[in-house]
Amino acid sequence: MADPELVRYTLDNGLRVVLAPDATAPVVGVSVHYDVGFRSEPEGRTGFAHLFEHLMFQGSESLEKLAHFRHVQSSGGTFNGSTHPDYTDYFEVLPSAALERALFLEADRMRAPKLTAENLANQIDVVKEEIRLNVLNRPYGGFPWITLPPVLYSTFPNAHNGYGGFEDLESATVEDCAAFFDTYYSPANAVLTVAGDFEVGAAKDLIEKHFGDVPHRPAPERPSFAEPLPTTELQGETIDPHAPLPALGIGYRMPDPINDVDGYLAYLVLAGVLTDGDGSRLQQRLVHREPLVVDIGAGAGLFGPFEARDPDTFTITLIHPHEVPRERVLAALDDELEKLAETPPDEQELRKVTARWTASLHSEHDRLVSRTLALGSFELLYGDASLVYRLADRMSAVTAEAVSAAAKSLRPDARAVLVVKPASEGNNEQ
Amino acid sequence: MTSATHRSAAEIGRTAQGPRPLPPLGAQRAAADLSHVDTELANGLRVLAVRKATVPLVEARLWIPFAGDDALHPAIAEVLAETILTGTARRNRIEIDAELALIGGDIGAGVDPERLVLTGSALADKLPTFLDVLGDVLTGATYADEEIAREKERLVERIAVSRTQPRTIAREALQKHRYGDHPATREVPKAEDVAVVTPEQVRALHQASVLPRGAVLVLVGDLDPTAVIGDLEKVLGGWASDRAAVRLPALPDLTGPNVLLVPRAGAVQSQIRLSAQTVPRTDPGYAALQLANLAYGGYFSSRLVENIRENKGYTYSAHSGFEFTDGTAVVNVDADTATDATAPALLETRYELGRLGQVPPAGDELESVRQYAIGSLLTSTSSQAGLAGQVLALASTGLGLEWLNEHPARVAAVTADEVAEAALKFFAPKRFTGVVVGDAAVLEHKLLALGDVVVGEPA
Repeated sequence: MADPELVRYTLDNGLRVVLAPDATAPVVGVSVHYDVGFRSEPEGRTGFAHLFEHLMFQGSESLEKLAHFRHVQSSGGTFNGSTHPDYTDYFEVLPSAALERALFLEADRMRAPKLTAENLANQIDVVKEEIRLNVLNRPYGGFPWITLPPVLYSTFPNAHNGYGGFEDLESATVEDCAAFFDTYYSPANAVLTVAGDFEVGAAKDLIEKHFGDVPHRPAPERPSFAEPLPTTELQGETIDPHAPLPALGIGYRMPDPINDVDGYLAYLVLAGVLTDGDGSRLQQRLVHREPLVVDIGAGAGLFGPFEARDPDTFTITLIHPHEVPRERVLAALDDELEKLAETPPDEQELRKVTARWTASLHSEHDRLVSRTLALGSFELLYGDASLVYRLADRMSAVTAEAVSAAAKSLRPDARAVLVVKPASEGNNEQ
Repeated sequence: MTSATHRSAAEIGRTAQGPRPLPPLGAQRAAADLSHVDTELANGLRVLAVRKATVPLVEARLWIPFAGDDALHPAIAEVLAETILTGTARRNRIEIDAELALIGGDIGAGVDPERLVLTGSALADKLPTFLDVLGDVLTGATYADEEIAREKERLVERIAVSRTQPRTIAREALQKHRYGDHPATREVPKAEDVAVVTPEQVRALHQASVLPRGAVLVLVGDLDPTAVIGDLEKVLGGWASDRAAVRLPALPDLTGPNVLLVPRAGAVQSQIRLSAQTVPRTDPGYAALQLANLAYGGYFSSRLVENIRENKGYTYSAHSGFEFTDGTAVVNVDADTATDATAPALLETRYELGRLGQVPPAGDELESVRQYAIGSLLTSTSSQAGLAGQVLALASTGLGLEWLNEHPARVAAVTADEVAEAALKFFAPKRFTGVVVGDAAVLEHKLLALGDVVVGEPA
């Protein structure tokens, strides 16, 4: 796919800007990515990055509480935000007539958000409900993104729960919020992306008008979250009160997503070879031929690929019947990985994976919200938004030998195995 | 906590210049008219083909009415949906997957009491291959014994997982409470029914019910709408029957028995699900009703969300929206709340229902929902997949692309009086039935005190 027009520049205050004009539909997407995620939370403040994301919607100097939502929606738009290990994003998709409004709304909260005790208390309640909904009250809630990292990783940034413990959330203060904002939410620590139906010159003027006088503050020094690779099989266990069947989450370390893109892509192709479609190796054997599991999936990243810096996690998750011992499941998995390590996948196996990836990238870019967010996160993490448009080609260039080598690295003695037990089994299972 | 020196929250929240005015909206360009064909093939299948060449893909949606009143129907239908893509006379399961993968394609099948839906996509220049696989599956799915046996086992396990989901439990309770034993209530089949389904029953159901007459195929993407009709006549020509696909019997009108508190011991969160009869998209009053619903709980800036989430923190998400079934429509109100917040949340939810009729939306509030209705239609249909979904929803009730093109003007023309009338008529608290699923030991005495609540298992 040819590179569409992409304009990248930096404002005097350090804000990086990505413009991706496309007039096929009269809508625009606007996003701001801040270079801070839950890996940067200090101990005792788990869940703070996500809680702070909620607060950024609660008013700013020019906008009363609730005004942000109303102005986006009364312009015909939709909005949201999300917190990842290494970044936090905010975004709107609106009819193109509302472009200036969206820029105004993002600039106002970048310049002067209103951080109040009342809003903090309210959003602590809302976030606790979010956690009850998505984790505490449902089967396999938080599996594996909350439950696997503490088994695979040993340092607080990589291992802790990004949704946060209720006690930590409840003890967050307005003072914490002010410090977090001043440290991490500077324009020099952010990327603004505008994609869709607009004219580049006019958009540049509007961006200067609204973001130009947000004062510069230096971007914080980015710490390394590096950890040594595991040297033995790490094991963990959780009891899930709602789960009807046992599950396994298996985590491996992968190549540095930023500095070894092609190495990382080999693991993405490997994930496809293993579990993408009925013809994939693990689906064929573990789901259909033997069958040992009810469902199985493999992938890069705890939320999907390209959303974290090093270290990043390759995961295999599966649910299996009570009567199948997990040792049998793991043995079959290791056997398939070994076969792949010894004999590289054939050409058709690779083409199946890369053709599906090509199509899914097209589909993702067709949704304006996904395209806007992908451009922003690639600019932030990789320093190059245009990489988004070259991924399909880079992926097609991954060799069978590289996939085989990736499979070889997924060794039993360098991984984490999380066992999820239904409460009915307690600790006496098998 | 992270930096030694930082400003206070008060300093952060103000600048020397002070608050700034909200910029006005610019001029809005309308969406381009899309070239399309809306026709019926010789076999009775309605086809809507739309050219939207934003990316080199084609999205496909096939909707087949698929009702049945046999007690085993939901189980047989579920097994059929799980195995329809597992082999034909020409291709086995692995070959179907491989052929689709090589064209960047996918097809999935899902079934509910009303319809069987096949959803797929592929790279646009490989559309002929995609259609060939689709036609092969529709006319030649074989349902091999061993595939049926295996998928039944998986299905039984998956049903077990599904039935532990609070939302599935609440949905099932709501269906039974409001519709009794109407076939529409049988959304998740019983595991013991799935276990006894035979391959012969599945093949017979395909023969009897996977039919083109009365079904709709939507294709959206980088395609030639006229040429594709000719291709379809060739590929789907062998898919034919004199009979029409089986529609669901009409749902009874909701008149609203009490809200039922369904006990779920020890639950940390409750599911509030309320429901009332409204009118479908084909009704002349729909646009006004749509705006009334948005103001109530249909978008984030609604009264319900501002009250029970943003002001009181009772819930992470509260929402109201329409559910269309064949020619009818109801409005559903959903919120999940902490056990302690459940009774006050139900009180506020009902209060806002009553207030919508007595103090109806007007002025800025009305203009906000109007703009949202028009603008969100524009954004949701700007992608191929979004447009395909929207067109399918319309086509399944007999509407076409014209409805989509004309709807912004209908919304623009709605008056405040019409919205007020719809609010009073359709959102009156006494019209709503529903369920609350939660820890009855804690909830019972408070919910009963609110009135119009009874405790028990759904019928």
